[in-house]
Amino acid sequence: MTTLLFIEQLLNGLQFGVMLFLMSAGLTLVFGVMGLINLAHGSLYMIGAFAAAAVAAATGSFLLALMASLAAAALAGALIELTIIRRLYDRDHLDQVLATFALILIFSEGTRWLFGSFPLFLDVPAALSGPVTLPGGIQYPAYRLTIILVGLAVAVGMFALINRTRVGIRIRAGEADREMIAALGVDIAKLYTFVFALGAALAGFAGALVGAIQSVQVGMGEPVLILAFVVIVIGGIGSIKGAFVGALLVGLTDTLGRFLLPQMFALILEPSAAVSVGSALASMLIYILMAGVLIFRPRGLYGVA
Amino acid sequence: MTRETWTNLAALAVLAGVPLWAYVADEPFIITLATRAAIFALAGVGLNLALGLGGLVSLGHAAFFGIGGYAMGILASHAQAYAPLAEWPFLIEGTKSMPVIWLVAVVASALAALAIGALSLRTSGVYFIMITLAFGQMIYYFAISWPAYGGEDGLSIYVRNGFPGLNTLDPIQFFGLCFAVLCAVLVLMWLVQNSAFGLALSAARQNETRVLSVGMVPYRLRLVAFVISGAITGLAGALFADLNRFVSPTMLSWQMSGEIMIFIIIGGVGRLFGPVIGAMVFILLEHTLGGLSEFWHVYLGALLLGIVLFAKGGVIGAIAGREKAHD
Repeated sequence: MTTLLFIEQLLNGLQFGVMLFLMSAGLTLVFGVMGLINLAHGSLYMIGAFAAAAVAAATGSFLLALMASLAAAALAGALIELTIIRRLYDRDHLDQVLATFALILIFSEGTRWLFGSFPLFLDVPAALSGPVTLPGGIQYPAYRLTIILVGLAVAVGMFALINRTRVGIRIRAGEADREMIAALGVDIAKLYTFVFALGAALAGFAGALVGAIQSVQVGMGEPVLILAFVVIVIGGIGSIKGAFVGALLVGLTDTLGRFLLPQMFALILEPSAAVSVGSALASMLIYILMAGVLIFRPRGLYGVA
Repeated sequence: MTRETWTNLAALAVLAGVPLWAYVADEPFIITLATRAAIFALAGVGLNLALGLGGLVSLGHAAFFGIGGYAMGILASHAQAYAPLAEWPFLIEGTKSMPVIWLVAVVASALAALAIGALSLRTSGVYFIMITLAFGQMIYYFAISWPAYGGEDGLSIYVRNGFPGLNTLDPIQFFGLCFAVLCAVLVLMWLVQNSAFGLALSAARQNETRVLSVGMVPYRLRLVAFVISGAITGLAGALFADLNRFVSPTMLSWQMSGEIMIFIIIGGVGRLFGPVIGAMVFILLEHTLGGLSEFWHVYLGALLLGIVLFAKGGVIGAIAGREKAHD
């Protein structure tokens, strides 16, 4: 029984990690290629979730809702890139932090104004709402399993895009030397808009997928954004591979920590104290992991000096 | 005197004058607003040492603000329940005395800043921003999940803590106290800015290699600045908790860090009085726009965006022009 529960938690951790990867991939690409720290990435996640919830409520189709989340987030991303973000590439990090913080305020309050303060609900599609039986007799929700598979597929797609396509070559070249690739005739402004919209679409997609498990509400993006920061710091800024490894590490550490720590403290403390100490420590665990990585690898696991 | 000095003096005069006027006109709410502004200014002055002078973009200063708040909350809650904090190895009692609470708040937030700074300053630039944000979040989640002091609900204190010789329940006297603390810290900051340490810190921001080449260690300079900065913000947190007689994890949230940063930006980065003017403008906006629309953060966001994109230097920059030796 305990083993089954443990495997279920392991899968939950994997699902959480895969979601974090979708979120961090865009963030790390945008930083790696454009040198921009984007706090408003969490707002794009929220926009994706709201677009999905609105379209699902109107049409009843989950697939259309997912497409809407991709489109809305990519559109919002491209829009802010064209109007605001591109003025920030040459500014220092403080300006980038402040301007994107201002964008969060605008997006959050704007969404509250449009949709109200009450959370929306996005239903899991009927075909995926039941459990599936995995080898070994483990019952696991089909929807969460789908998220893991979709997330892994996106990860593979991202690796292929970055490492195997012409656009990927340009992205990597832009990371290495932006003046040189501009001099070689690549339209760097278009490339930047594309990369930003791609990152935004991934964030919006993640928001829609998670929105079906949790509620869709204003402010849902920022906690995930901060976790994505932890992921990138652990993995190394600019590295997709680092984002992937970091996301899985953070997802598994957080989920398993919340599951195991209270049980471990129960061996030495009385039950109520064990739960409070265990859960308090579990909520800090990923940050402790981050601090540990920083002590040994200040540039992250796959960061370049 | 330069135009900046005039602007600074005018800001102080307004900050002190408005509550005096409100006292005469019997408008205690205005006095409370001014007290909020003075406390926010103090928090901003703390962050400004790291951000403006040291160039350290810390997005985790709410941690110190909240730790200061919780120092007050924990000590006062034990005092009002007549339950000592610890009986072993020696007896530690709670207290309702502000000077003691301030000392504890300053020491606790300085220690937290030392630990967070020692780790975060191993990195720089965008890593530093993300890491300070993450550590701030760690303390936030800890405060939420630790049930002993109210957890998510926070801690209420029934009676404001006392200061020898003052009736702190009287709004104007409490404002005077906060204003005096703010002025004292401003004098301290002015001394720090012009000290050998302040110049070295500023130099480390402008050109790290040169500072290294004359034999100084930027890491140590920055760590000291970060600790002092955290301690001042912690002191502001203790005052803020006393103003509201309430402390909750909201004080530790990352939005709080963002707001403290906004005070500095509105006023002017790296200016001694930047956070003072910024906090006053912020309170004014919150009060007037907040009355006009429930969604006033949209306007705040637009204003902030405008300042960042088009009016770097904030209010002081617009009035007094660029600093002579500002990089």
